Amino acid sequence: MNRINKLFETKQGNILSVYFTAGFPQLNDTANILKSLQESGADLVEVGIPFSDPLADGPVIQHSSEVALKNGMTMKLLFEQLKDFRKEINIPVLLMGYLNPVLQYGIEKFVQQCAASGIDGLILPDLPFKEYQEQYAPLFDQHNIRNIFLITPQTSEERVRLIDKAGNGFIYMVSSASTTGVKGQMNDQQTDYFMRIKNYKLNNPTLIGFGISNYDTFQTACQYSKGAIIGSAFINTIENSKDLKKDIHSFIQQLTTEK
Amino acid sequence: MSKYKVDENGYYGNYGGAYIPELLYPNVEELKEAYLRIMNSPDFIQEFRHLLSDYVGRPSPLYFAKRLSEHYKTKIYLKREDLNHTGAHKINNTIGQILLAKRLGKTRIIAETGAGQHGVATATVCALMGLECIVYMGEVDIQRQAPNVARMKLLGATVVPATCGSKTLKDATNEAIRDWINHPENTYYIIGSVVGPHPYPDMVARFQSIISEEMKQQLKEKENNEYPDYVIACVGGGSNAAGAFYHYLDHPEVKLIAAEAAGKGIHSGHSAATSALGKPGIIHGSKTLLMQTEDGQIVEPYSISAGLDYPGVGPVHAHLFETGRAEFISITDDEAVKSAFELCQLEGIIPALESAHALACLSKLNFKPDEVVVINLSGRGDKDLSTYMNFLK
Ligand SMILES: Cc1ncc(COP(=O)(O)O)c(C=O)c1O
Repeated sequence: MNRINKLFETKQGNILSVYFTAGFPQLNDTANILKSLQESGADLVEVGIPFSDPLADGPVIQHSSEVALKNGMTMKLLFEQLKDFRKEINIPVLLMGYLNPVLQYGIEKFVQQCAASGIDGLILPDLPFKEYQEQYAPLFDQHNIRNIFLITPQTSEERVRLIDKAGNGFIYMVSSASTTGVKGQMNDQQTDYFMRIKNYKLNNPTLIGFGISNYDTFQTACQYSKGAIIGSAFINTIENSKDLKKDIHSFIQQLTTEK
Repeated sequence: MSKYKVDENGYYGNYGGAYIPELLYPNVEELKEAYLRIMNSPDFIQEFRHLLSDYVGRPSPLYFAKRLSEHYKTKIYLKREDLNHTGAHKINNTIGQILLAKRLGKTRIIAETGAGQHGVATATVCALMGLECIVYMGEVDIQRQAPNVARMKLLGATVVPATCGSKTLKDATNEAIRDWINHPENTYYIIGSVVGPHPYPDMVARFQSIISEEMKQQLKEKENNEYPDYVIACVGGGSNAAGAFYHYLDHPEVKLIAAEAAGKGIHSGHSAATSALGKPGIIHGSKTLLMQTEDGQIVEPYSISAGLDYPGVGPVHAHLFETGRAEFISITDDEAVKSAFELCQLEGIIPALESAHALACLSKLNFKPDEVVVINLSGRGDKDLSTYMNFLK
């Protein structure tokens, strides 16, 4: 069974997913960060493939991508770094990235390579839903790789249901109309939207992402969905870390325990 | 159905589409559903045509350049888009899109700009319609096109510097798209070229197609033949070229020439010659030819001309290149500047640096004396005076 599906079968709520950009802060941190995240209790990890022009990202992830590319991160190197990670890591791991580097690598080869490395799913924000359905769904299914779709406050109910029907794994609920980044507290408009989606009683579990940064926002997200995804706040934490293991541990601690 | 126009799925052959994050889906879908209906409605057509004539000053003249023709021993006409209000073809498109934005009920307008001509044209129509205007512009371009920055400010627009990457047009476009993601409901994004997700390339080409529509009529009067032997235009994203080619696409006897910026030389590492250096890829929501590394990272382009300093081309141009319908010619900085000076001295017209790339094609092609060559003079050179002065020294 795909590890993503298994996770949602065994854990009903408070699922914590963490995003980080591969090759940041140091080129070869990928394996260590993965390991520390698992040890600290993260349930799921999204490893970002850095891209020169990350359109849907705010300043923090833009910066991490730029640093990672300057450090020399490439797709080839990422797959080398991920060659043996399944010896130690058993939580689900997804790759998240923009479509162009994937197309250049060759999407078939890419999906095959993901499966061979033990990757469970992909998030490709600029691969349109329709394009995926028409061209790539059989390829992903063949390799047991989940493609995770996004929905936003502007996504119509009809489209949410269409995405739910086609989806498998989970649905990535973007918390507000915005690029990625730390935003502070949640507002009523956001919780109304979370409630609306919750009331749809979708087949797939949802995780809320974009703007989740601390205990409060994480808890709020968990009230309306199975859990949440943290990116920019985590990147800020590891940026100048002298002890990744320790800092990752305390970051996850303070996210999940009340002050 | 023309094989050079967009198909029902938003593609030109292998290129085009709408590769956008879900965050932009409702906006792009709204536009896709509405644009043809609105553009074809009688009240829209009337208002658009009226503004083009009384506000922009269309039709722009088709000028027979006698001395330039003598120099190149052929018949050269200049389509004088430089004489439009605001000084370039860009206003044809912004008039169209602002009327569309108004009909969609949008209150906040954003745009990207390279040379600043599209930014000025957007600021202008926003002032005209009383709408808020935010223009994203690369920091490098803010420096090298300072007069246009001043114009935008005077017109009431907010100019926001793009500080990432090469700090030029690509980066300004990234910032505009991010702004749109953050303001999906009240904001309309006026894209300045035939780039971006479908339906933008087709919509912008339709607004710019007034250029070749007039050319046909003017050539009929002057040459008794609507069809010239050559149409030459520069290609950054490719909107002036798309407009100048539009009504000739299905007439293979009209040779279409696209001038690309080779910067310091195609293989110098400082170039924006996309057809020569690009491979199929995705930029700003559309599949097209793209300058990129083996790893699929977008390469920072370079050109002396801010409007051509872009690592992609509109999908229609990728298709015209692939099918051979248009010939692409690379022009270096020096060749463009030389041609600009030549036009100043032979015809008393100071062209924009972008348009100078189209002029530079004259010395790269062999014309017969009785052939008719139309160059789309996309803009005037006022904004480029400081660059030109550096070459006068
Ligand atoms: C005068 C002029 N010509 C050409 C261009 C290039 O744009 P496009 O290729 O869309 O015509 C610009 C862009 O700023 C411009 O200002």
